[in-house]
Amino acid sequence: MSSASLIRNPFKVTGRQVLPGFALSLGISLLFISLILLLPLTGLLVQTSGMSWADYWSVITDPRVVASYRVTLLMALGASLANGIIGLLLAWVLVRYSFPGKRLIDALVDLPFALPTAVAGITLATLFASGGWYGEWLAKIGIEVAYNPIGILVAMLFTSLPFVVRNVQPVMEDLNSGDEEAALSLGATDWTVFRRVIFPSIWPALVIGIALSFIRSLGEFGAIIFIAGNMPYLSEVTSLMIYIRLQEFDYAAASAIASVILMASLSLLFLVNIWQARYLKRLKGTL
Amino acid sequence: MPFNLNKLKSRLALIGLSLTLGATPALAESSLLNSSYDIARELFASYNELFKEHWQEKTGETVEINQSHGGSSRQAQAIIQGLQADVVTFNQVTDINILHKRGNLLPEDWQQRLPNASSPYYSTMAFLVRKGNPKNIQNWDDLTREEVSLVIPNPKTSGNGRYSYLAALGFAQQTWGDDQEAIDSFMKGWLGQVAVFDTGGRGATNSFVERKMGDALLTFESEIQGIIKAFPEREFEIVVPKISFLAEFPVAVVDRYAKRNGNQELAQEYLEHLYSKEAQRLLAGFNYRVYDKEVSAEFADRFPELKLLGIKEIAGNWDKAMKEHFASGGKLDQLQRR
Repeated sequence: MSSASLIRNPFKVTGRQVLPGFALSLGISLLFISLILLLPLTGLLVQTSGMSWADYWSVITDPRVVASYRVTLLMALGASLANGIIGLLLAWVLVRYSFPGKRLIDALVDLPFALPTAVAGITLATLFASGGWYGEWLAKIGIEVAYNPIGILVAMLFTSLPFVVRNVQPVMEDLNSGDEEAALSLGATDWTVFRRVIFPSIWPALVIGIALSFIRSLGEFGAIIFIAGNMPYLSEVTSLMIYIRLQEFDYAAASAIASVILMASLSLLFLVNIWQARYLKRLKGTL
Repeated sequence: MPFNLNKLKSRLALIGLSLTLGATPALAESSLLNSSYDIARELFASYNELFKEHWQEKTGETVEINQSHGGSSRQAQAIIQGLQADVVTFNQVTDINILHKRGNLLPEDWQQRLPNASSPYYSTMAFLVRKGNPKNIQNWDDLTREEVSLVIPNPKTSGNGRYSYLAALGFAQQTWGDDQEAIDSFMKGWLGQVAVFDTGGRGATNSFVERKMGDALLTFESEIQGIIKAFPEREFEIVVPKISFLAEFPVAVVDRYAKRNGNQELAQEYLEHLYSKEAQRLLAGFNYRVYDKEVSAEFADRFPELKLLGIKEIAGNWDKAMKEHFASGGKLDQLQRR
């Protein structure tokens, strides 16, 4: 009898809970999410609701806006993939080795979260401008970073670095060293161990990290505008197009462009989550 | 001990009373909120001291003046959304117009309420060039030369950039008259020489001064003179073209909020005092051009004479200028299309 009533009740509480009051804590969480996330999102949609579909379409397909999607997507893709490789390496070094200054590097990884992005943008622009520390050397081999689309990539690399590291690190720490030893004792090479034993376990975390880094880059504004040069059709990012519409007091058009970024980010997150659930199911048999 | 509601009530009332009494001295002093543009921090910090003295002499009251600074369009948005500023001191007429249009916070004819179209001081658009003016930039048509590269704030995001655009347009209209094709080709030409479109005036200054981008920076004459003073060792030079734009710095009382705050008289006096001799002298010291004849004669060597075109001569009025040139799909978008 009791088991039947448990099945019917969707709000099943399992085991003894440390925090009391499931109803209260769920209520507070939902209220918070509604106030901080859902309500502003609804506001965004309401802003666009004054527009006809034709207006909406013409705003989001304006050639200059489309050019901004292209450069934003390309640079975000480049930055997040590069962060995937660098972040994986960084996480590996931080988890598997011990060396002086390890704690410091571990803490430094979070710096992009702590630093105001505008400060990051100004600093990067100073370093990479033709007279700056890096820019001077790069100019000699004919590479211009600041005031170029590449500058956008550099700014995105900086602001989204922590995502991959912080996603992969805990998974790597939890890896069972017994599996690796077993593989080695069965004659697997180091590369095979990495490819067949370690990588499948960290792969989902890595993908999530890359996706978050990509989404963060799509919306980045503060760091980019100081280093991009903001040339129409060349190095204008989508968040700048939104800012321009806000400056024109055209809230509807600004929200329309924002909704494109939002939908792209949400659907990517959604897809990655579905994929991750499936992958984990296959990896662990049942879940 | 039984719970005594009445005792609790009286205690709360006592606490409330003491809090009110404690706050009273601060309330006696009236306070005013001035919402202003980004680069006017130092200017109004000095002016507020001047005004406080003036107000105390006149009324015997002390007054507290609070400042809020930011991009002037963003400031206007904040006021429409409810920031209760008593007065605005902006660098764009359109940002005060929007306060009437979107929020009906002041009457449409606000520009007629104070002298010189409610603009106590003005400036114009000039060029900052590097030491010795190596590219020999003297006037607007030098900006279209192949080897010249420019830094300007984006006209889409900054009033400063819009002023440069209008100044260049005014030059083109004076030079080619009704020949729209020649005007368009000139405008396309100089816009094509822009290497960096920063989102705001200070960002553009940074790109030119710190990152050494470009051969000329187009910005307010007042900003340029400030830069030259701030970096004496870099030896920048100012070039004031023969023709340029009359950049107004409009001020207005935000009637609805000033009335609600009981600050009407104070707000009015705060703005009117900007026209006084001592305030005009202070403004000229901050490199702005002023209307007071005596004061401008004192500073004549700092402000070379030039032909100044207002918005009326170039585009009719601000609403028309915004719609025809800067709105999306407007002239600027067409000129920048690839």
